[in-house]
Amino acid sequence: MAERLIEIDQITKIYKLGDVTVHALRGVSLEIERGSFVAIMGPSGSGKSTLMNIVGCLDKPTSGTYVLDGVNVSTLSRDQLAEIRNQKIGFVFQQFNLLARTSAAENVELPLLYSSRAAADRHQKALRALDWVGLAGREQHHPNQLSGGQQQRVAIARALINDPQIILADEPTGALDSRTSVEIMALFQKLNRESGLSIIVVTHEPDIAEYSDRIIRFKDGHLVSDQPVLAPRDAKRELETLPAEEPEEAEAVTQ
Amino acid sequence: MKKILPAMKIAFRALRINKMRSALTMLGIIIGVGAVIAMVAVGSGATERIQQQIASIGSNVIIVMPGSITASGIRLGSGNAVTLTIDDAKALARDCPSVQAVAPSSRSGAQVVYGNNNWATSLYGTTPDYLTIRDIGIQSGNVFSQQDVDSDAKVALLGQTVVNNLFNGADPVGQVIRIKRVPFTVVGTLVPKGQSPTGQDQDDIIILPITTAQKKVFGVNQARANSVGSLMVQARGPQFIQAAQDEMRAVLRQRHHLQASQDDDFTIRNLEEVFQAQETSSRVMSILLAAIASVSLIVGGIGIMNIMLVSVTERTREIGLRQAVGAKTKDILTQFLVEAVTLSILGGVVGILLGILASKLISIFAQWSTLVSPGAILLAFIFSALVGVFFGFYPARKAALLDPIDALRYE
Ligand SMILES: Nc1ncnc2c1ncn2[C@@H]1O[C@H](COP(=O)(O)OP(=O)(O)OP(=O)(O)O)[C@@H](O)[C@H]1O
Ligand SMILES: [Mg+2]
Repeated sequence: MAERLIEIDQITKIYKLGDVTVHALRGVSLEIERGSFVAIMGPSGSGKSTLMNIVGCLDKPTSGTYVLDGVNVSTLSRDQLAEIRNQKIGFVFQQFNLLARTSAAENVELPLLYSSRAAADRHQKALRALDWVGLAGREQHHPNQLSGGQQQRVAIARALINDPQIILADEPTGALDSRTSVEIMALFQKLNRESGLSIIVVTHEPDIAEYSDRIIRFKDGHLVSDQPVLAPRDAKRELETLPAEEPEEAEAVTQ
Repeated sequence: MKKILPAMKIAFRALRINKMRSALTMLGIIIGVGAVIAMVAVGSGATERIQQQIASIGSNVIIVMPGSITASGIRLGSGNAVTLTIDDAKALARDCPSVQAVAPSSRSGAQVVYGNNNWATSLYGTTPDYLTIRDIGIQSGNVFSQQDVDSDAKVALLGQTVVNNLFNGADPVGQVIRIKRVPFTVVGTLVPKGQSPTGQDQDDIIILPITTAQKKVFGVNQARANSVGSLMVQARGPQFIQAAQDEMRAVLRQRHHLQASQDDDFTIRNLEEVFQAQETSSRVMSILLAAIASVSLIVGGIGIMNIMLVSVTERTREIGLRQAVGAKTKDILTQFLVEAVTLSILGGVVGILLGILASKLISIFAQWSTLVSPGAILLAFIFSALVGVFFGFYPARKAALLDPIDALRYE
């Protein structure tokens, strides 16, 4: 079971802006096993997003090695990285990053457009994913007709569509209210526990981090602590006890 | 290929969002392609008209005229000099191996009378070969013979218009008509040719033996009785036209005793040259349209490049997202290239329609025949697509090479 999905060894990332050099990561080593739910915390500018970009194969480290799912991705080309992102990684962003004037279903289908795998039932797959995140009946809505929480669900459905190995979420609840945040965390927990999907979440909120199994803290480009969460919170159970603040429909109409 | 279709869908969506902008961007291509279509239409219309004119005169025909004509068409030094004679015609037929037939001809107009009817028409004095060269058939009766020519016989062939105006349906063959008081026996009538491409009635003619015409009708003085207006020559085939011209020139120069330093006192023209010279106005129009077309296509292309650059900047985040979910360099390149080409092809299609309309208007108002060929439409279509590819490539490449993180962060 304890198979390593991510092995990061002595990674550094240096940005050069004219005369200024920024050491965003100063030698980070980290291992993440398949099926884990990890939260990354740390003050602003500590290098969390930089690490997420490298883990997500959007960026390459200045030095050090990164092995994802047995493949040393530090040596891959631009297009090979795109292929890995397409096949193995699902991204969830703070600002949702949905295509405007495009239906929820088409947004979800997007990664399939660039997949080399057969795409016969592309649309059916998108509808199933939307159903899974609780957006059945909203398939044809455009992002500006959906609430923030609903948009983030669309983004999660999009991240799931290609059956990735890992979901990377950089501050996924940063733009959401607290109840909606718990709903999103409930989705992540369900994915992690029922489908065994590995999940990494960057967050500033300590209570959000407590839904994970392991919390990693950064400061000034260093990994400063790495601790298991002894008693993770259960988002689903909390939602049942929380009073429903407003019905889903009303929420959509106010947008 | 399977990626082109979704890319086109995305392209149409993007273009629909900015309808006005897309339309304005296409304007250059529309005008450019429209001009290309109109240009080709005017050009091929002119070519077709030349071919019709040539066909109406006869095939492989060369005309020899007295006097020399400069390249710009100004007649020089003919003065009163008589330079072409019936004997010249005979010599050409005899001594030039590439020549099939030669018919001397002189032209004049006259009033013709039959009974109480009279009619003003054109008279052609010539030999029987004239009918072969110009491919004129006989409707009824017979052609006059070479013997009739040699013996100054008073015989005539009538065109259909002359028949209609003089005979009111009666059979003219065997009847006697008077041309300038001289009685001529009608020996045959000509197969109608209808209007020439320039609108002349080709059936309003009478053909006489050249000898009779010169002596009895045209009233030229004795010294010039042997001279003719022009020679119609038929080469043995299209490939003999040039050789025939060279041989004829040599024979005529020798017969006219011209020194090496002297210019020709005659002009040899094949019909192609004659009519092409007449079509210069439509050629000028074609060049003008070509200039408009190339400028418009370049301006249109730059417009597309500009709009695509704007579009790439506006959609930087979208590009970043597509890259994040797995779009490769090629995918983004294709997407923006397809968008640029869609824009230019759309402009091309509108331009083609506009060009067809313009061609119609040109034929109506300038009285030029125009011909919009499927080849021209295909050419314009390919051209507009190429403009899209050429000018769309730089913006598309710029989009494809964006750094995914920078693109995702772009505000
Ligand atoms: N493209 C870049 N060019 C230059 N410097 C950069 C770039 N991206 C990040 N940095 C710098 O690297 C450091 C780490 O940035 P990073 O975005 O990883 O921080 P973070 O932990 O995600 O912060 P936040 O919590 O505010 O999102 C910062 O000092 C930042 O200014
Ligand atoms: Mg960050």
